[in-house]
Amino acid sequence: MTSSTPHAAAGGSDAEAAEGRVYTVSGEDWDEIVSAALQSEDFESGERIVINMGPQHPSTHGVLRLILTLEGETVVEVRPSIGYLHTGIEKNMEYRTWTQGVTFCTRADYLMPLFNEMAYCLGVERLLGIEDKIPERAQIIRVMMLELNRISSHLGGIAPMGLELGATTIYTQGARLRERVLDLLELITGLRMNHAFMRPGGVAQDLPPGALEAIRAFLDSAPGLMRDLHTLIDANPIFVGRNKGVSYLDLATCMALGVTGPILRSTGLPWDLRKSQPYLGYETYEFDVPVNDMCDAYGRYLIRMDEIDQSMRIVTQCVDRLAARGSPGPDKDPVMIRDAKIGWPAQLSLGPDGLGPSPEHIAHIMGQSMEALIHHFKLITEGFRVPPGQVYAAIESPRGELGAHVVSDGGTRPYRVHLRDPSFTHLQAVAAMCEGGFVADLIPAIASLDPVMGGVDR
Amino acid sequence: MSGPGQTGQDDAGEDDGNLPARLGEERLAEPVVGTGMFGVQGTPDTSGYGLLRVYQVPVVASPRPYGSYFDEVADALGTALEAAGLGFSDAIERVVADRGELTFYVRRERLPEVAGKLRDDPALRFELCSGVSGVHYLQDTGRELHAVYHLLSITHNRRVRLEATAPDADPHIPSLVGVYPTCNWHERETWDFFGIVFDGHPALTRIEMPDDWKGHPQRKDYPLGGIPVEYRGAKIPAPDERRHYS
Repeated sequence: MTSSTPHAAAGGSDAEAAEGRVYTVSGEDWDEIVSAALQSEDFESGERIVINMGPQHPSTHGVLRLILTLEGETVVEVRPSIGYLHTGIEKNMEYRTWTQGVTFCTRADYLMPLFNEMAYCLGVERLLGIEDKIPERAQIIRVMMLELNRISSHLGGIAPMGLELGATTIYTQGARLRERVLDLLELITGLRMNHAFMRPGGVAQDLPPGALEAIRAFLDSAPGLMRDLHTLIDANPIFVGRNKGVSYLDLATCMALGVTGPILRSTGLPWDLRKSQPYLGYETYEFDVPVNDMCDAYGRYLIRMDEIDQSMRIVTQCVDRLAARGSPGPDKDPVMIRDAKIGWPAQLSLGPDGLGPSPEHIAHIMGQSMEALIHHFKLITEGFRVPPGQVYAAIESPRGELGAHVVSDGGTRPYRVHLRDPSFTHLQAVAAMCEGGFVADLIPAIASLDPVMGGVDR
Repeated sequence: MSGPGQTGQDDAGEDDGNLPARLGEERLAEPVVGTGMFGVQGTPDTSGYGLLRVYQVPVVASPRPYGSYFDEVADALGTALEAAGLGFSDAIERVVADRGELTFYVRRERLPEVAGKLRDDPALRFELCSGVSGVHYLQDTGRELHAVYHLLSITHNRRVRLEATAPDADPHIPSLVGVYPTCNWHERETWDFFGIVFDGHPALTRIEMPDDWKGHPQRKDYPLGGIPVEYRGAKIPAPDERRHYS
């Protein structure tokens, strides 16, 4: 549908806001509009054209809306408009128990659900003062899951980057590898996304049988697929031409705008919270921080690719450590804190009627111990209390510093949880990256920021 | 006034008690147990929980030494502020070192100066701001709205938290966009959700909620739910107002 409305004739409050001729365009042949624009007096006089891009646009990574002011092909002004995916995650968390909060925050940035959960759980654990009481097995599983998630998240950034430039093969090749990671996440947590796997005090359940073998098989085949991706993209003249020197962002701008993660590392600063402020025992793993000083979209792509390799290194070390620990027994090597006042009492197990609390636990609370039943009931309905105070737990997510500001008033529910989402912060840099450039360069610029609107709007 | 060593609640009484930032400080040491925020009859709390007790955060001020690198940061900040002709306790209400994190409660009128010193002083160099997080302490009368800033120094690998408060009746806090441009959207978000007016912000408009939205949803007196859903002309009542069959 195409319609043009001279604002004087349209009347009403909507038209008053617009100046000049308004075209409504929705994904069809643009010839009519282009020819009309060429004939208009605005074009003759060299005036600026305001274009609304999104919120429904295939290359804006979800429901991002950009209001562009163009002078010919040059972007004079770009204003991102967000809020189309605001779901009130932070508000909802205030009405659920501390454990249930995981289920909400996992839905914020849906490409890195495990990182949202981890930042929140680390905050809760610091509030509880149980950071050093988390079982080692749980910490290793957490690191392994986070790094698997980092691989899938980076691939979820790189693959659409190609698609938005018109390279379908980059997308399908990237998505093929990403599916392998999602299969692993599904095998371990039961879900491809929104896992609710990290819990305050540990993880929801231990690895299922065959998980380590499946991860090993992935680690054997993934480097080959990564090599394919490198061969396909790295020196691809179109990809390089569209990304090299595009969306320049230097160190000073990154600092001023609070930009972190691969974008900061593409300015030459090797800042990675896993190295500088280690959590979950990251200091005991061997890995490098990829860095380059290209400051452009291509540099960010290279860093993401290198980080995938480094994540695989960490996953390999996790698998080796878990294999060395042997299989856990009922009272040996737990994945949930051994504090009866905090730890979730039941472990999940798969029965004939689906996933539920393990039969041993049911037998214990229903047949052996009245106290255990009461305990189970209180912990699961009311939850545990968290001493009053506030903490800020920050982790290195695939996109940058993901922080959870967690406030407790001493009750069984969060008083306030705020996720400092890197995508939200980074979108502010769009104007700095794109103004003065071509409108076509806007697409790789947004793609190189890798924003996820679920995290931006929460 | 006094050096950075003498901080805490006893500073509060010395100055003019009528300044807006000082209101409510006398209640700082009284933790209160209250019922009523959740599960009150007549509010659209659709979460299914009711009548649980809610505890007010006990407000504390940490004595020296704070431990870790915190004393060093406080000393450097005190020196930098004094060099600018400002007493430490003129700008900093109290200092809390809790759970391995350092918090400066900054008098709101001094916030941009303190942030500027934290960013620029070579001994401090907090280059990166993680943005603003609002918190609404409903029972903290006179200081209901808190704006919390998390700063990170990449040079020294340190973190510090700034907290400024404002009463509901006068919800104004100076903007930090001039010091940390990254606060731009974060302050818009905090205005949107909490109604804190950041004075000096270049364009303080709603960012997540629609422009014509009434109220600030993350405030504690704003109910969860209770908003009818409108979609393509049809209006579906809020969950708690729908017909039910039990």
